[in-house]
Amino acid sequence: MIKSVLIFNNHGKPRITKFYQQIDIGTQQALIQEIFSLVSKRPDTVCNFLEGSQMLGGKDTRVIYRHYATLYFVFVVDDCESELGILDLIQVFVESLDKCFENVCELDLIFHFDEVHHILAEVISGGMVLETNITEIVHAFSESNKLKKRSGTMATIAGSGAGAVARDLGANLANTVTTTLQSTLQNTVSATFSNFRRTTGFNS
Amino acid sequence: MFEKTLTDLIRGIRTNKKNEQKYIAACLQEIRQEVRSNDPDVKAVAISKLTYVCSLQMLGYDMSWASFHVVEVMSSAKFLQKRTGYLAATQSFRQDTDVLMLTTNLLKKDLASGNHLEVGVALNGLAHIVTPDLARDLCQDLVSMLNHSRPYVRKKVVLVLYKLFLKFPEALRLSFPRLKEKLEDPDPSVVCAVVNVICELARKNPKNYLSLAPQLFHILNTSSNNWMLIKIIKLFGALTPLEPRLAKKLLPPITQHIQQTHAMSLLYECIHTVITGGMLNLGGNSDSLAAMCVNKLRTFLEDTDQNLKYVGLLALAKILPTHPRLVSEHRDIILRCIDDPDISIRLRALDLVVGMVNKRNCTDIVKRLMAHLLPSSNSDPTANYSPPSTLLEPAYRADIINRIIYICSQNSYSNITNFEWYIAVLVDLTYVSGVKVGEMLAQQIMDVGVRVKSARQYCVKIMQRLISDKNLLENCKLSDSNAEVLYAAAWISGEYCSFLENPVETIEFLIQPGVTKLSHNVQAVYVHAVLKIYAYWANSLVYNWDDDAKQELIQITAKLKDKVGMFSSCTDLEVQERAYNIREIFSIIHQDLINEENNLKEGNDYSSQKAPAIIAELPPLFFFYELNPVAPKAQKKVPIPEGLDLDAWINEPLPESENNESEEEEESYGYGYGQTFGGSGDLIFSNGNGATVGRRRVRKNGRKNGYESEDNEELREKVYVTIYSVLFGN
Repeated sequence: MIKSVLIFNNHGKPRITKFYQQIDIGTQQALIQEIFSLVSKRPDTVCNFLEGSQMLGGKDTRVIYRHYATLYFVFVVDDCESELGILDLIQVFVESLDKCFENVCELDLIFHFDEVHHILAEVISGGMVLETNITEIVHAFSESNKLKKRSGTMATIAGSGAGAVARDLGANLANTVTTTLQSTLQNTVSATFSNFRRTTGFNS
Repeated sequence: MFEKTLTDLIRGIRTNKKNEQKYIAACLQEIRQEVRSNDPDVKAVAISKLTYVCSLQMLGYDMSWASFHVVEVMSSAKFLQKRTGYLAATQSFRQDTDVLMLTTNLLKKDLASGNHLEVGVALNGLAHIVTPDLARDLCQDLVSMLNHSRPYVRKKVVLVLYKLFLKFPEALRLSFPRLKEKLEDPDPSVVCAVVNVICELARKNPKNYLSLAPQLFHILNTSSNNWMLIKIIKLFGALTPLEPRLAKKLLPPITQHIQQTHAMSLLYECIHTVITGGMLNLGGNSDSLAAMCVNKLRTFLEDTDQNLKYVGLLALAKILPTHPRLVSEHRDIILRCIDDPDISIRLRALDLVVGMVNKRNCTDIVKRLMAHLLPSSNSDPTANYSPPSTLLEPAYRADIINRIIYICSQNSYSNITNFEWYIAVLVDLTYVSGVKVGEMLAQQIMDVGVRVKSARQYCVKIMQRLISDKNLLENCKLSDSNAEVLYAAAWISGEYCSFLENPVETIEFLIQPGVTKLSHNVQAVYVHAVLKIYAYWANSLVYNWDDDAKQELIQITAKLKDKVGMFSSCTDLEVQERAYNIREIFSIIHQDLINEENNLKEGNDYSSQKAPAIIAELPPLFFFYELNPVAPKAQKKVPIPEGLDLDAWINEPLPESENNESEEEEESYGYGYGQTFGGSGDLIFSNGNGATVGRRRVRKNGRKNGYESEDNEELREKVYVTIYSVLFGN
């Protein structure tokens, strides 16, 4: 089972936290900090598995992560999951985000944290993997978006893609940040994507 | 509309970086007002903002106070608001959240909705918030939903059922037949979900799921969904130990996957299951299968992807116990992984290496491990790169040293062919370790020194290097100092002093200035070693006794008498006591020699041709029996000599009259107690007089042997008493 899914940026600021087991808030925060301190020390050239953290709960817990541009995607899982399988799953999740947000960047995750949760809910349900087919995931997401629009717009939460957000922000700095983030994240995604094709094949 | 939207809030937090906390506090105040609003839109936005703040701001805000409002938003008719409400619930509800009781009907309604997306939202929410009560009440609804027309709903229902089983085990019995049917669902995602659930269930109780093997086997042969195949193969890994026949049946499809798949994750899982599922112990052509697995794993290690290297090493470690030969064929590449910049990979490779060591490659492997401890600048001065930081980490260095010692000492040193080499390694480690491992090294040096006679001479020689090392002494207070090895060095020099080339020099090193900085237990050994070496050396003079020898002896004895005084100011009682004892011995001997000298001057030269007897009496105290290693169980193997009755009295119990005073006490211990342990000695000991008896005996024994000279005898007694106290600390 998957115990939790965490997304935080290079500075350890959490963007998405999802715990599939009941843990009190204090422990959650300590856990995020612990994982961040371990993960951020590791260069991108080393393997994506973490071992030996007391707090994570013993021998059968493993931390599997991927680093994309400014973000770390961290999955905490037990030994019922396949290590390489989870790495592929992270890739599936990131690619799905990329499709749903059209070139996803950190700002998308910040301003649409709820939508990211809904996309995640199409991949993992209660700690169990629900779907590994990107087309299915994106389809379910866009379907509910259509329904959302029909059910009365809440202009507040709506807003499509990073471009709109960046424009809203109005600040030049934010704009440049967005574009650089976009390009880097996109680059990484496509770069790993080809790699992904080679090593996996959930959707082949 | 004056309320902040979620975007406003997030933007606000980002622009108020300096007083973020204050800003958030103000927003929370607004949210408290807004959730009470009658406008459902305002309420929903407020809950959405609250969820954001509480789950991402890392400030430990609690939103349990808003639970009721969350339920209100969950029950909204609008999909968007409903979804917001459910998200808030999944992020904030606990098992003991009281409003959960109110959600039963809401969930029933949402699960029965005509809109599959609404149903989906409700199912996802339920997967998080399910309690035993909810599980009981919704079980029937969910089971009937397994036949929902949309696969989107069916797959979610299957996964939620698993969460229900955890809270309400009865549900498993009720729904298992239906769940089993779903293994043949037309939609692959639904089948995958069922496999996921069975995989989790079988992890806890594999036996109950053996009956599903035929269906799972069918899926294994037909499906192309790699995620599901991984899960099924993992599942079979748990089932095969219970049903050996299964392993045989699985071999063809798994072998086929190993040969054909391009997905490394699937390939790895197949190999992993072949190893852990016991399929390599089937006989037949299982050896070729093992070889195929190991060869495939080699491609993992050759890959540039560090993740593949890592799992490859993990799998090799699992196959190592049964097929060490196959694994060590790939020693080259495994040893290359030891030098990998990635510490996780290096540690896994080290695990393997430790298992691969044998007599032939031991030296080579230890050499490679030692290289990790050496500063890299020596190897290539032209390359101007800094070594990977992990190499400098004490924990890593300590780990390497532990492994070196483990490799060499395992199975009673069966991997070592040349013990002189091993002792040299231990001494080298003292200098290059960079972490405090002295105690461990000392223990090893002593163990080898005592056990291996052939290496003793070399050992004593190399110990002189340690004892004479000024730097070791100088830096003994540093946190990474291994001065603790001096414990072994001093002990070995003392015990095997007959190998010393120059005993006097060694003694001088043992009393050089600065040794009092060493730890107390090392000092204690130093003091004792001084006496041992002195005893040996002084006795050796007896054979060539002449005036020069006598002068040398007087001079050295005098010097020692003065020098050992520095130990007597040690704060440790053990060191202090030993120091006083040996100083006393030295002054007795010195006095003896001086007296004799004076006698000589007065013309009574009757004893000049002979060395003082006391000198010959010292060595037997230390060297009478050679110290031999004895196995812990050795005593049991010694047969009891014929005619020896261990229960018989050694001395008859003392007559009643002499034992009057202790009678009461004896009774309080119980008569039987005294009898079983037998011997008057025991009884007296139990009365607390043991020490006196012991000493009186020594005296008697001394008299028995008889000596001509009265002076000598008095002296002898003095020495005995002193020696007695050195040995028994009384």
